[in-house]
Amino acid sequence: MRTVLPFVIFFLLLVLVGVLQSWSLAFSIMNLCLVSAVMALGVNMQWGYAGLVNFGVMGFSALGGLAVVLVSAPPVPEAWAVGGPGVLFAVLIAIATAALAIAARRIFAERVARIVATGVVVAVGIWAVADVLEPATDAIEAVDPSFTGFLGGLGLPVVLAWIVGGLLAAGAAFLIGKIALGLRADYLAIATLGVSEIIVAVMMNEDWLSRGVKNVVGLPRPVPYEVGLREADWFQSLAATLPIGAVELSSLIVKGCYVGLFTLFLAVILWLAERALASPWGRMMRAVRDNETAAEAMGKDVKRLHLLVFVIGSGVIGLAGAMLVTLDGQFTPGTYQPLRFTFLIWVMVIVGGSGNNWGATLGAFLIWFAWVEAEPIGGMVIDVATSWLGDASPVRQHLMSNAAQMRHVVMGVVLLLVLRFAPRGIIPETDRT
Amino acid sequence: MDGLLNALVVLANFALVPGIAYGSQLALGALGVTLVFGVLRFSNFAHGETMSFGAMIAIFVTWILQANGVSIDPLPTALLALPVAILVTVGVVLLTDRFVYRFYRHKRSDQVIFIIVSIGVMFVMAGLIRFLIGPNDQIFTDGERFLISARDFRDLTGLREGLAIKTTQVITVVAAVVCCVLLFLFLTRTRTGKSMRAYADNEDLATLSGIDAGRVVLIAWTLSATLAVIAGTLYGLDKSYKPFVFQEILLPIFAAAIVGGLGSPVGAIVGGYLIAFAEVLLTYAYKRFLGHMLPDAWMPDGLAQLLGTEYKFAVAFVILVITLLIRPAGIFNRRSG
Repeated sequence: MRTVLPFVIFFLLLVLVGVLQSWSLAFSIMNLCLVSAVMALGVNMQWGYAGLVNFGVMGFSALGGLAVVLVSAPPVPEAWAVGGPGVLFAVLIAIATAALAIAARRIFAERVARIVATGVVVAVGIWAVADVLEPATDAIEAVDPSFTGFLGGLGLPVVLAWIVGGLLAAGAAFLIGKIALGLRADYLAIATLGVSEIIVAVMMNEDWLSRGVKNVVGLPRPVPYEVGLREADWFQSLAATLPIGAVELSSLIVKGCYVGLFTLFLAVILWLAERALASPWGRMMRAVRDNETAAEAMGKDVKRLHLLVFVIGSGVIGLAGAMLVTLDGQFTPGTYQPLRFTFLIWVMVIVGGSGNNWGATLGAFLIWFAWVEAEPIGGMVIDVATSWLGDASPVRQHLMSNAAQMRHVVMGVVLLLVLRFAPRGIIPETDRT
Repeated sequence: MDGLLNALVVLANFALVPGIAYGSQLALGALGVTLVFGVLRFSNFAHGETMSFGAMIAIFVTWILQANGVSIDPLPTALLALPVAILVTVGVVLLTDRFVYRFYRHKRSDQVIFIIVSIGVMFVMAGLIRFLIGPNDQIFTDGERFLISARDFRDLTGLREGLAIKTTQVITVVAAVVCCVLLFLFLTRTRTGKSMRAYADNEDLATLSGIDAGRVVLIAWTLSATLAVIAGTLYGLDKSYKPFVFQEILLPIFAAAIVGGLGSPVGAIVGGYLIAFAEVLLTYAYKRFLGHMLPDAWMPDGLAQLLGTEYKFAVAFVILVITLLIRPAGIFNRRSG
């Protein structure tokens, strides 16, 4: 009952938006709710199952977004011709450097010698990569910079990119986890936050890879285009029987297709997550979370388990990041901000109920809904609250223009209230014995 | 000889002077983080927003003062506004402690819970700031812009390169030094300061010796908020005030506090300058510096820059990671990480 009722309320709210505002908006909200839910499930695996603080959600979802560009964007043959070999050579050098660094750590037993040797290998490697990469990237970025100026992707179907996005994020998580997972909770939080800032900084500045702040637009879709729909015979006969316009109907159908596709992915992940949580593996994870020392004494490899769950959770976040970019149809590195992409997801998990997959899903639905609807509602509240100032008042005008920012306050207050009065969230973790 | 002097002046102008100012701002910020950590045992993710909030209040008061014709030319009016901003911000932070953090302190909640709570506080503050002042840039620096302008310096010394020192840079450094001296006098000479250090070293022992925990916590918040307002306002004066910047600056501040050793005030200061100089020196383009030193034939083709300025946060981060791997307790910490 406690699980079903909040979902019913959410869908009623959504219907209300459809009736009062527009159905197109309701569908848009639903799509982002679904994507957010996948992201929240990823965070829930790390925090709810294992108690790992990952404040790098933004970075992993950006990596997922990058995967869409790399896999699905049409390739730019001219750029490959001038800079492709250089970039590939640089990648080879980077891999060789990593291998040499690991070898150096094996060879030198003494601590100081090991640190020095690793440092030298890494420094020389970075210098060599930069030396090879720079001319290649300069050449790539010079290729028709206002339209391409990057390598482009492979031109493969976009749903494949979602899988690749998950794998890319999981790979990055493996490297980060290897280094950072032994750290205390707050250090891990800061370290992951730092990594995510750097990942986004790379995407904003390496134009040859992701066009940087020039954005990659017109990414392919897994669903039909509105224009194409409107030419189809079945669509025209359908539009004739319905009271809404053809443009709106086509947009609704496209959004509906996304809803279907995203729901399918969410359902699969939710099902897998629930299965994992109910299995002996899930029981072991909870044991590790609740008492690491005891679990370790029972012979559980805590470090390996943490790494595993960190990698899986980040992979799910990467998948969601790829879905998000696909939904937008464009990759815009400049829009990745920790408040929206990391901490908002955390609010979703905590409010919904950490440790419970249904809770995280619900939290994502409700919080995203509140995040979107806080704008018009906040505007109305400010409008009423400042109406005594008169329309010409500069204070009123200033506050009205910033009314949308109230959504941050709402999120903070909701988070604090839940933490204080219902720390287990709306749908708490089931007590299993 | 002349070449060497010119080279040094270039380096000082573009790297050392900005580095000292930036380092002072980071050190003040890191001191605030480290004080809260020492007493309350958690990393306050809302600290960046506290800095931003204080700077915002200072801007509002500056505007009021400017509108009424009050000025302390050649110094920026914001300095006059600072006490008010400190009072307001300390008030807000203490209210936050009373209504938010105190509950978890009494429950002796886990450190992670505190961090998540501070995220909630961060959201509220970030929202209020963007709501009140708006998300755009604000420039509120007035008064004399330069202590020495590049042209004056050239005329004075006869060198080819100029050294410009901005008033705000001098104020930043002076303010940082004054704050640090006062803080250390407080921590080492006064009863209250000593009780704070005792509490930071061993909570239970200090409480048993009759130290009032509530009072220590209050003072820690007050000091942390004061330092945050000063750091935030100085940063805003020196660059310009942008609400978003204070979230980005959180990473170098945390890095500074951790490199020095969380909980150690000396460490926070050293860490602040260390991070600032590492960032500045690694992202500085040495082309002009080398131009004065090397014969033309040896000149490098590019800018002779080790790392693009876009990646200066990566520098702070790499130093942070290396510290955590090699010496997780930081440079100046007796306790283990």
